[in-house]
Amino acid sequence: MAQKESTFLNMVLTLFLVTLIGGGILGFVHDFTKDAIILSKNKAQEDAIVKVLPSFSKLGKSYKLLPADGDDSLEVFPAYDADSKLVGAAVKTYTKKGFGGFISIMVGFTPDGTVTGYSVLEHGETPGLGAKMTTWFNNPDKPKQDIIGKNPKTTRFVVSKDGGDIDAITASTISSRAFLDGINRAFNTFIQNMKTASDATSGASTKKEGE
Amino acid sequence: MNQLDNFTKGFFKESPTFTLLLGMCPTLGVTSSAINGLGMGLATTFVLMMSNIVISLVKNVIPGKVRIPSFIVIIASFVTVVELSMQAYLPSLYKSLGLFIPLIVVNCIVLGRAEAFASKNDVLSSMIDGLGMGLGFSFALTLLGCIREFLGSGKLFGITVYPENYGMLIFVLAPGAFIVLGYLIALINRLRKA
Repeated sequence: MAQKESTFLNMVLTLFLVTLIGGGILGFVHDFTKDAIILSKNKAQEDAIVKVLPSFSKLGKSYKLLPADGDDSLEVFPAYDADSKLVGAAVKTYTKKGFGGFISIMVGFTPDGTVTGYSVLEHGETPGLGAKMTTWFNNPDKPKQDIIGKNPKTTRFVVSKDGGDIDAITASTISSRAFLDGINRAFNTFIQNMKTASDATSGASTKKEGE
Repeated sequence: MNQLDNFTKGFFKESPTFTLLLGMCPTLGVTSSAINGLGMGLATTFVLMMSNIVISLVKNVIPGKVRIPSFIVIIASFVTVVELSMQAYLPSLYKSLGLFIPLIVVNCIVLGRAEAFASKNDVLSSMIDGLGMGLGFSFALTLLGCIREFLGSGKLFGITVYPENYGMLIFVLAPGAFIVLGYLIALINRLRKA
């Protein structure tokens, strides 16, 4: 069978049909996978929250805070014990200073700001170098690089090369700086919010509702 | 050409990676570990096979002058299907391949096979050609990934073979990809002459 002639009508009609069918199929697939995608994203986030916080009995409503030094807001997931006392909060923070650009981290704090754990949600760092951040800063055998149980108020969360108290990942100073940048952003924003919340004794929840 | 030749040519004789040097961007970009290479290869195989089938089916109703845009739309549709499915059911693989999945659309192997083979041959041959080329590409990427992962971080498919500290980091980084690819091409060329 010979190929169809390239008349104007034929071309327009063909392209229209091809894109129509393509679009139709994609709409169908999108509908089909939509729920599964949201589910897997939420699951990754929930797993991270549980991982970074000490044991808690229920999660409060999450709220968003705008950091002083960034243009995207951070999401805070407060966690309470059985008596509805705040045991800590998981903060979903970010940095744009990574070697591979954007890094998203979930970090857990006690109410006074001590780090209880962290989990890197998303990063584009080099495998074998900066990608080690997923485990590097949680290493009880090497207290100089461990950030768990430390409070950024008393420990300077800056790499030792820049005069801080945390040892950077070997040969990955940029990634380490970026990681600590994200953690510090979470800490500063979280602590600032805790302070304003306790200052305004009665209006503690007004800020939370303003998301 | 019989179908067996048609299938096996993608592995060696017309290997897209080692002989035609097509699709270098994902080849160099994702092969920092064996599993990434394999995942990328299989995703490309699916797209290649499906687009080859569809294009050989519709080749006669598509006017010559709008051939390329039509092919691209067909390929892009399949790539998006792969992307959405992977995001839904294989989130960890999707995370590590990330940017490279949409780039399958502009992978020269896919359009190359559509233009050079599927638009001139029947459905069965095109399907086998797509499958063979795709698996050949997967094989090349996995091989490259294995070598880089082994030399760079002392692992094979994520299983530690020797302590990571003794690995040569350069093989995980971009220059290592060029070095390994160069040596593999040299080796394949030598084998071809023999």
